[in-house]
Amino acid sequence: MDRRRKPKLAVWKFSSCSGCQLALLNLEDELLQVAGAVDIAYFPEASRAVAKGPYDLSLVEGSITTPHDVERIKDVRRESKYLVAVGACATAGGIQALRNFKDVNEFVSTVYASPEYIETLAKSTPIADHVLVDFELRGCPINKRQLLEVLSAFLHGRRPNTPPHSVCVECKQVGNTCVMVAQGIPCLGPVTHAGCGALCPAYNRGCYGCFGPMETPNPEALSEQWGRLGVGEEEIVRAYRGFNANAEAFRKEGEAREKQDAQS
Amino acid sequence: MPGPALEPGTQVVMESSDLQKFIDVLWRKGYHVVGPTVRNGVVVYDELKSVTDLPAGWTDEQEGATYRLKKTDGKAFFAYGIGPDSLKKFLHPPVVRLWRARREGAGFQTVEETEEPPKYAFLGVRACDLHAVAAHDRVFTSEEYADPSYARRRRDIFVVAVNCAKAGNTCFCVSMRTGPKATVGFDLALTEILEGERHYFVVEVGSETGAAVLREIPFKEATAAEKSAAERVIAATAGQMRKALDTTNIRELLYDNPEHPFWDEVAERCLTCGNCTMVCPTCFCTAVEDVTDLAGETAERRRHWDSCFTEDFSYLHGGSVRASAKARYRQWMTHKLAAWLDQFGTLGCVGCGRCITWCPVGIDITEQARALRDKGRIERPSVTVGEHASP
Ligand code: SF4
Ligand code: SF4
Ligand code: SF4
Ligand code: SF4
Repeated sequence: MDRRRKPKLAVWKFSSCSGCQLALLNLEDELLQVAGAVDIAYFPEASRAVAKGPYDLSLVEGSITTPHDVERIKDVRRESKYLVAVGACATAGGIQALRNFKDVNEFVSTVYASPEYIETLAKSTPIADHVLVDFELRGCPINKRQLLEVLSAFLHGRRPNTPPHSVCVECKQVGNTCVMVAQGIPCLGPVTHAGCGALCPAYNRGCYGCFGPMETPNPEALSEQWGRLGVGEEEIVRAYRGFNANAEAFRKEGEAREKQDAQS
Repeated sequence: MPGPALEPGTQVVMESSDLQKFIDVLWRKGYHVVGPTVRNGVVVYDELKSVTDLPAGWTDEQEGATYRLKKTDGKAFFAYGIGPDSLKKFLHPPVVRLWRARREGAGFQTVEETEEPPKYAFLGVRACDLHAVAAHDRVFTSEEYADPSYARRRRDIFVVAVNCAKAGNTCFCVSMRTGPKATVGFDLALTEILEGERHYFVVEVGSETGAAVLREIPFKEATAAEKSAAERVIAATAGQMRKALDTTNIRELLYDNPEHPFWDEVAERCLTCGNCTMVCPTCFCTAVEDVTDLAGETAERRRHWDSCFTEDFSYLHGGSVRASAKARYRQWMTHKLAAWLDQFGTLGCVGCGRCITWCPVGIDITEQARALRDKGRIERPSVTVGEHASP
């Protein structure tokens, strides 16, 4: 990379809660370093100053839920040399993808007084369904250490170290007790993408799957085990219908168990 | 203190009331003492200052995918079965920094890792884990591929073994010829005995360093009755063991059946989560990663545990060589029970049973080996490599 000119960074928001952008602001200790290393050209959540594109790196938070989003993400892509989707919304559709399993028009007419003003798509979808994405950073929210890693890797032209294996690998490396084996608590760790440092098992909770499916997930086998731990089909469906409900492996397992539940 | 000549093999008796003195002596001699303690529902190895930290009054029940700590009213310090971690955590830690670099003009200057690890004394190490250390010695201290990080941590360790007084439901050391009695790699080996009101240890000397420690605490010569009490404890443990892995021609069995449909069955259940390799005391695979800071002023190379169950582990140009769960489980088991013999002259399994207990779905290597034996066939003539089984 050209070391003379600071690369221009833009942060975009689509349908999301802004939690991932907050991860960037929460970098507290490192934020000045970030500001020193990149030119924060567009980040409405943090600053009103706007520098025009093109941008060297765009971080995109949020999912695509409206016809307007579909157009806007194309503009962002056009203006960005690298586009990194951050968070469960941008990489899987987010919690708002729960609408994908129902009829969105029903929600609209129940929730809004004047539904005719609402223009929305039937499904909430990840950025990669619409434009080419150079890198996906998982998590709901993303982990700030990993965000820093992605930024450093981008700045120095190397691959980010954000391993796609299970949460279990991290869980064992930090020395947690396995809550599933030692306490019989259902845990999504074995099918979930690493990145959080196995936070929940460290507090005696099963993993909720915020980082979405790991590289080669086998949710079917995990559900069988949950069944042996006494977890019912309905609860299993609910577990997969979280922030990453629309991620393929989780969506399929949720649908499969829903069918089973309906039959029983 | 006058008394018996403390040669390797000599057995003496230490009263349980002197165990604290024993721990104190180790600290005084400059060791960082590590021993079993209950933490967060399991027995782990951690720093040990006081006998009150030992898991007295605790035992556990283990099955495939299940571990439960149980309170007992017993006084034994070591009546528990092994927990998820082993000496691997200390001698081959999950993350090790190999070097750092600092930018200097157009180039960079590397900074050596010089941090001296603590001199560890391990208390309560079981026979299988001693064999695991011996296996790691072969992996990490061979002439061609010596690993300085392991060598530094390993060099000055002091090992106090404890002969198992209870067979866990998942272990199978008897069939692997690695336990339950500690036979190699210890400075002192204890057998804990409770007889009525009396609570003592029969201590076997394993090295001169061990003898030197012993000389600083009260002990007396073991009587024939005390020695046979210790033998009975070990024999009873061996007799309780339910699981076994038949190692006859195991290498040929694995090499001759790579395409057997048996592998598809286990692949359906395997989560490729990697827990088995993380808890296995002999699994040693690592990956290195390079990290830089934002400013690009410093960089470092870290080595961390990896697993043959991850996709990146077999990533070559263009993709992962072992893309399927089938390929990964097969790799793991074939390496442990066949290729290790060719590579290191020993099996890669010491029969500790951790991979069975801590596999979230309870996949059992002994059952897998049995299923393969029932279904597969051996075509090649069997060849004996190395000492087989016992490292
Ligand atoms: S607690 Fe969950 S994440 Fe941790 S090892 Fe167990 S199953 Fe895996
Ligand atoms: S739910 Fe899972 S992925 Fe999310 S923070 Fe907890 S352990 Fe990590
Ligand atoms: S393969 Fe399993 S039983 Fe064998 S040494 Fe490793 S963890 Fe223990
Ligand atoms: S054998 Fe068990 S612990 Fe090992 S990767 Fe498969 S599911 Fe995970």
